[in-house]
Amino acid sequence: MTVPLLDIENLTVTFPTATGPVDVVKGISFSLGRERLGIVGESGSGKSMTGRAILKLIRRPGRVTADEMVFDGIDLTTQSEKDMRHLRGARISMVMQDPKFSLNPVMTVGAQIAEALVTHKKLPRRELQARVLSMLEAVRINEPERVARLYPHEVSGGMGQRIMIAMMLIPEPDLLIADEPTSALDVSVQAQVLDIIDDLVTGKGMGLILISHDLNLVARYCDRILVMNGGEIVEECKASELHQARHPYTRGLLAAMPRMDEDREELPVLDRSTWTTGAGT
Amino acid sequence: MTDAAIHLENLSISYGKTPVVHDVTFSVAEGESFALVGESGSGKSTILRAITGLAPDWTGAISVLGKPRGHAPDRDFAKICQMVFQDPYGSIHPRKTVDDCLAEPLAVHGIGGRDTRVKDMLAAVGLDQRFRFRFPHQLSGGQRQRVAIARALMLEPRVMLLDEPTSALDVSVQAEILNLLKKLRREQGLTYLMVTHNLPVVSFLCDRLAVMRHGRVVEIADVAALKTGRLADPYSRELYAASGGALQPA
Repeated sequence: MTVPLLDIENLTVTFPTATGPVDVVKGISFSLGRERLGIVGESGSGKSMTGRAILKLIRRPGRVTADEMVFDGIDLTTQSEKDMRHLRGARISMVMQDPKFSLNPVMTVGAQIAEALVTHKKLPRRELQARVLSMLEAVRINEPERVARLYPHEVSGGMGQRIMIAMMLIPEPDLLIADEPTSALDVSVQAQVLDIIDDLVTGKGMGLILISHDLNLVARYCDRILVMNGGEIVEECKASELHQARHPYTRGLLAAMPRMDEDREELPVLDRSTWTTGAGT
Repeated sequence: MTDAAIHLENLSISYGKTPVVHDVTFSVAEGESFALVGESGSGKSTILRAITGLAPDWTGAISVLGKPRGHAPDRDFAKICQMVFQDPYGSIHPRKTVDDCLAEPLAVHGIGGRDTRVKDMLAAVGLDQRFRFRFPHQLSGGQRQRVAIARALMLEPRVMLLDEPTSALDVSVQAEILNLLKKLRREQGLTYLMVTHNLPVVSFLCDRLAVMRHGRVVEIADVAALKTGRLADPYSRELYAASGGALQPA
């Protein structure tokens, strides 16, 4: 591998609680080239916190420490808030889980997408408008002119998520962090949205971190998978080799999913006692 | 039909002037687990809402355990039929403790022995007693959904309406909740009418399914047909392919 796009060494995220500080991410290390990396785990495994830590979006009292957090030659640990603002959106951007809560309800869709671009680059208005419309087309929205004038409450969930993606990709970042981009969507729409992300990411040669709890979905859309549990990476494997995963946690997750031709009387449930180290108690 | 737990006949539902569900007829036998599947906006949740009385603008006939359902709120109806909502983050009162939430249906219906009933119910849904005096924000999604299921079961209903009970949860937690629902159904002989868009879940928990699209039932099939992929309607097959694809490793 050449110089990685993102290199993370010993990343820890800590939150203070009444019973003392809790490490939600416990010293994880990984590096990412211009590839598609999936981070899988349950709620509370620290996968979203990892994504947020990369963008330094963790607010006090949360604390982020890392031996090394380098994005494309830039040391993220020493960047000021002001410097981070130049990175966020322009170089690294993030698609959040629920379009209902992450779009501004009082701005039209077109204005929001334009804002994402103007923040980082001054453009004449006409060109701006053209870029917005072509971006909406790229995320396969029919009638982009009409949709650009709508407010977020007037669009469906799937469309909202596509708008989010348009907004995140319009400044042409190098790294896209997608935090559960489809868990608020229907099965039929899910595939469409992921296909769009996949097309745009591979087309532009970006890096992608796809954070999800759905193992199969990640296996389909990523090259490499990190399985997280309790703030640690328990397994790292190629997406194609997921079904030979060895760690009991990964195997447990795979088994817990109902299948289409389900004949088991009861689904195997993760026996958390076998590998967790008493975290959270 | 007297032995049907839920019987719907020519049910049409509208929100204001917008018709949402058109002429739906099906019945669910007692002790059966029946699924309604379809994409967002196909009217599947609306049917559940009409049965519980949350969408009062309907025509046709609804009967539950042989009793016809009127349009007005019905206290006796609540004792036989309860609903679990999709989003455990939105369906539980944020400023009431788990204990208040579970005791409220008992208070409304004037049922005594609340303390033991709440304790027993927490045990039945697999929640530790220490969660009893917590607020919803102190619980995880799976724990909240357990509270929502517990609340629905407090009045010992015989029919449960489940509106996507696991779609907001992790796969591993989903497995726990599905096992719990299956166990409760076995132990208490419940009838389930479940809305979902996750076909594998249907395959695990249900006996029959109805596929809905644009407010109409396009197909009613046995779960065996789902397991072998022998659905007849083109739309059902499309849905099957979309979720079957999601299941097959690439």
